[in-house]
Amino acid sequence: MRHDVFISGYGGQGVLLAGNLLSYAAIHQGMNVSFFPSYGVEKRGGSAMCTIVFSHDETGSPVVGHPSVSILLNQLSFDKYADKVRQGGLCIVNSSLVITGDRELPGIELVQVPMNQLAIDLGDARMVNMVACGAYTARVSALPRQSLDEALKKALPERNHRLIPANIMAIQAGADAAQR
Amino acid sequence: MSEKIFVKGNEAVAMAAIEAGVRCYFGYPITPQSDIPEYLSRELPKTGGTFIQVESEIGAINMVLGASAAGVRAMTSSSGPGISLKQEGISYMAGSELPGVIVDIMRQGPGLGGIDASQADYFQATRGGGHGGYRIIVLAPDSVQEMYDLTMLAFDLSDIYRMPAMVLADSVIGQMKESIVANSRPETPLPVKDWAVRGRAEGADQNVVKSLKLGDGEMEAFHWAMHARYQELADKESRWEEYQTADAEMIVTAFGSTARIARTAIEGARAEGMKVGLLRPITLFPFPKQAYTALSARCKRFLDIELSTGQMIDDVRLSVARDTDVAFYGRPPGAGSLPTPEELLEQIRKIY
Repeated sequence: MRHDVFISGYGGQGVLLAGNLLSYAAIHQGMNVSFFPSYGVEKRGGSAMCTIVFSHDETGSPVVGHPSVSILLNQLSFDKYADKVRQGGLCIVNSSLVITGDRELPGIELVQVPMNQLAIDLGDARMVNMVACGAYTARVSALPRQSLDEALKKALPERNHRLIPANIMAIQAGADAAQR
Repeated sequence: MSEKIFVKGNEAVAMAAIEAGVRCYFGYPITPQSDIPEYLSRELPKTGGTFIQVESEIGAINMVLGASAAGVRAMTSSSGPGISLKQEGISYMAGSELPGVIVDIMRQGPGLGGIDASQADYFQATRGGGHGGYRIIVLAPDSVQEMYDLTMLAFDLSDIYRMPAMVLADSVIGQMKESIVANSRPETPLPVKDWAVRGRAEGADQNVVKSLKLGDGEMEAFHWAMHARYQELADKESRWEEYQTADAEMIVTAFGSTARIARTAIEGARAEGMKVGLLRPITLFPFPKQAYTALSARCKRFLDIELSTGQMIDDVRLSVARDTDVAFYGRPPGAGSLPTPEELLEQIRKIY
């Protein structure tokens, strides 16, 4: 089975780190992975996106038109990409920054997680990407939450390994909030 | 080494260059290939090699020429605007029969263009790029593993055939991360560089590396010799990959990132019962004509897909049997213009 996930947000929200983290988790599960980032020329404030495909077989196209899961971290991403999710797929939304309003997404399950709020409650808004990854693992059984613990060691540079316990708490908070 | 490592395509190029024994890297940063000089600036000096961030791309390619003339493995890398600047030096290298590796991680153009993926430098790469009528070896990876493997191959082919070799990828393959095996350098037999300019012993013959050929008949003889070498390359070194072509009633052809996307579209087509296969050229020069000729002898429908308004299609049309229909689908480069597998499947349905 081939899994794909699309993550989109502002530059600075940690979209690429989130993508790397999920990639390492999939590698830890023994799968092949392609991680395809795409971002504007700006360092911060522009848009940042990535697509991760993982499978025990070939990963095929790194570009996916209709992802099975999309994690959308800001309003712009939601407005632009929510309806691109495959039929029967999941749209995980950062409800701290996204007003879904009366937007209808037929055939797509909307999972709202107040990611910024959860990250702030744990002491640092920058952990919004960790909350998002936690939410993903609560809904996609191919990547168990625990697989992220090991992945953090690979995705974070050595100097930031002291932050791993806090990140694990943020991941857990995201997972709890997204639990069915 | 068999343990897999998770790296960017650009990093794989840099790692492979070191494994291939590159001694000199000269370059100038430009998106989307800056990971290559970044990696080499850190790692190449540790192996005793030389990394220089040169004042310009023109300086970089001429330093590659100089290092190569001295007989060492040398490389440079850039993207569209920088590769254009290097063309004069590449022409001089071709004229001087010098090896050397140039990595082009294509971005949009013309001019400054933009940083998203493009395949619109196909003509520039495969037609020589500079003046004077020459060709260079062009290799087109479609995965991070191939970025690694084909970079090493580029060094070997370049040394064997004494001509510049280019690794031609785009920002998708350059920026993408995948798990790869960092293979050891293949034990390819390589010719001795007895033409290199390294200083000479008393009484020994003088080596001269130059592209100026003013002797009677000298230049014409050079061109015919190079022509024969290109033919030898085509016969011996053409490389391609076929996927699901055995029973195919339609062949999709694409290179690099587009081939990766097309492959997933073909899986979708197969799932719908359409007998579609993929022919992916790995060497763009020499273009693997023999594969097109063989497949088009029995399959008369081809669909060429490129991230441009159509360049490789010229080579496809020159290679297939005359009664073959070659359709085209292109997405000229631009932000948001990458085709998706779903979109390519729709094109396959239209033509099948």
